[in-house]
Amino acid sequence: MSPILEARNLQKAFGGLKVIDDVSLRLEPGDRVALIGPNGAGKTTFVNLVTGNLRSDSGDVLIGGASVTHSGPAERAHRGLVRSFQVTRLFQDMTAEEHLALAILERDGKTHRLAGSYRAMPQVMREIGILLSTLGLGTVAHRKVREIAYGQQRLLEIALALALRPKVLLLDEPAAGVPQSDTGRIEAALADLPADLAVLMIEHDMDLVFRFARRVVVLAAGAIIFDGPPQAVTRDQRVREAYLGSYANVRRAH
Amino acid sequence: MRAGQSTRRVSTDLVGIAVILAAAGIGFLLFPDNLALLTRIIALALLVLSLDLVTGYCGIATLGHAALYGAGSYAAGVAAAHFAISDPLLMTLAGITAGAAAGLVCGLVILRATGLPQLVLSIATVYLFHELANKLSSWTGGSDGLSGISPSPLLGLFAFDLWGRTAFGFGVALLLVVFVLLRILARSPFGMLCRGIKEDPLRIRSMGASPYRALAKMYVISGAVAGAGGALNAISTQVVGLDSLSFTLSAEALVMLVLGGTGSLYGALTGTVLFMLFADFVSAASPFHWLTMVGALLVAIVLFAPKGLYGSISDYLARRRGTA
Repeated sequence: MSPILEARNLQKAFGGLKVIDDVSLRLEPGDRVALIGPNGAGKTTFVNLVTGNLRSDSGDVLIGGASVTHSGPAERAHRGLVRSFQVTRLFQDMTAEEHLALAILERDGKTHRLAGSYRAMPQVMREIGILLSTLGLGTVAHRKVREIAYGQQRLLEIALALALRPKVLLLDEPAAGVPQSDTGRIEAALADLPADLAVLMIEHDMDLVFRFARRVVVLAAGAIIFDGPPQAVTRDQRVREAYLGSYANVRRAH
Repeated sequence: MRAGQSTRRVSTDLVGIAVILAAAGIGFLLFPDNLALLTRIIALALLVLSLDLVTGYCGIATLGHAALYGAGSYAAGVAAAHFAISDPLLMTLAGITAGAAAGLVCGLVILRATGLPQLVLSIATVYLFHELANKLSSWTGGSDGLSGISPSPLLGLFAFDLWGRTAFGFGVALLLVVFVLLRILARSPFGMLCRGIKEDPLRIRSMGASPYRALAKMYVISGAVAGAGGALNAISTQVVGLDSLSFTLSAEALVMLVLGGTGSLYGALTGTVLFMLFADFVSAASPFHWLTMVGALLVAIVLFAPKGLYGSISDYLARRRGTA
């Protein structure tokens, strides 16, 4: 199968420090890939290079075979590359419903309309309803974001990403900072993602990684040191040295 | 639920229209000999509404917004004085068009930067506009001002009389039309996009939208509104001076907006009325110290009602409703 997202030999240095050093990665439709690595390995930088929030020093990014290396984040989003943020970035004064409406209208190229309201667009309202109920957000549809719980905000981040109908979804720690009681909901949402969507997830919670990912990529000191099935990652000597160490031992002891 | 919401929106719009009409009526009764002041308040209210669109709704810092107002004023004036276009509606149209064009030019320049550099660029644009109008004195009258503007009767029926009744009525009608259009704009998909841009442009970009394009468009709309205000000024006073393109006017407009409260049409209107009436009252009562009093009012409001008069009151009411 041809890759839907391809990063070729990406490089990025801040000052003299090489943060991303010749990283290549391919995602195919339906992929479930976890990107892991110790703190400071360059995971978030890599995601920012792929989404265009940062410019790479060299290398290429292709979406569906077409180069987007010189396009900004907006253009890449329109081509189907959508991300969520590590720290929730939502619009505090907007309701959950308005968030999804904005995403759907932008996706359909209708945000430049000067009159009318999404409430009068039955198709938009139906789609919002489906997204809200899929993610269990129906009860907070009309609440402003600053009034809803953090776990629900994380779910809204995922709903917002899905509203854009992505081909590739980059999730930056979707469960970070969420109380234990709410992680189940987020995992269920992740399990329900469309089958043909390619997903790359940065995550520190290894239990979640093992349940979600069918492929694990380990980034350490700006380079990929492992790319393979989850079962193999704990056995890999380099990974253990770089990062997993104690965790691998714990798992074996079980 | 949904039907209920839209009825509520329409009814708040009707309340707004009623409030504007009532305020105009009260003004008419209180100041029958000073309708020129009321008309000037309306013209400036259009400028402040226009400023609110870019500053309050989109978060753009500008101290050069009079460039858009002045462009509208001069366009209406030049149309009448040099091209014999004396129909007030056509003059207004000229003002709106010129304001929108000035908005596009200023927007494309100002939006290149953010924060303090943006503020400096905005000041630079208003000085450039001012200087341009000064240099083109054969068209604008330079520092003497542009005179020879005599608008023909409105709709062929209402002559612009010495007492300024027609100008006042025309101003109120213009303000109502703009108010309704801006209410529609504020809740349109585009209005929602601008709210998003104000809060987090990076987030908007990652949703696929271009903040620059959207803000430039808002600047054009804002220019049209300011241009309408400028045209009203030219029609009612029948002269256009360089002060309509000045940094001082730009700064005063920002002060009025902050007094009333940014990000709401009512805030912009409240601030303009409050500032203008207060300034008029204290300058009559104490011609030498009125600026000091205006300064004191400003300090008091910024300290004790940081969201502006309207913003703070509506916040207070919302809190009471929340606890009740």
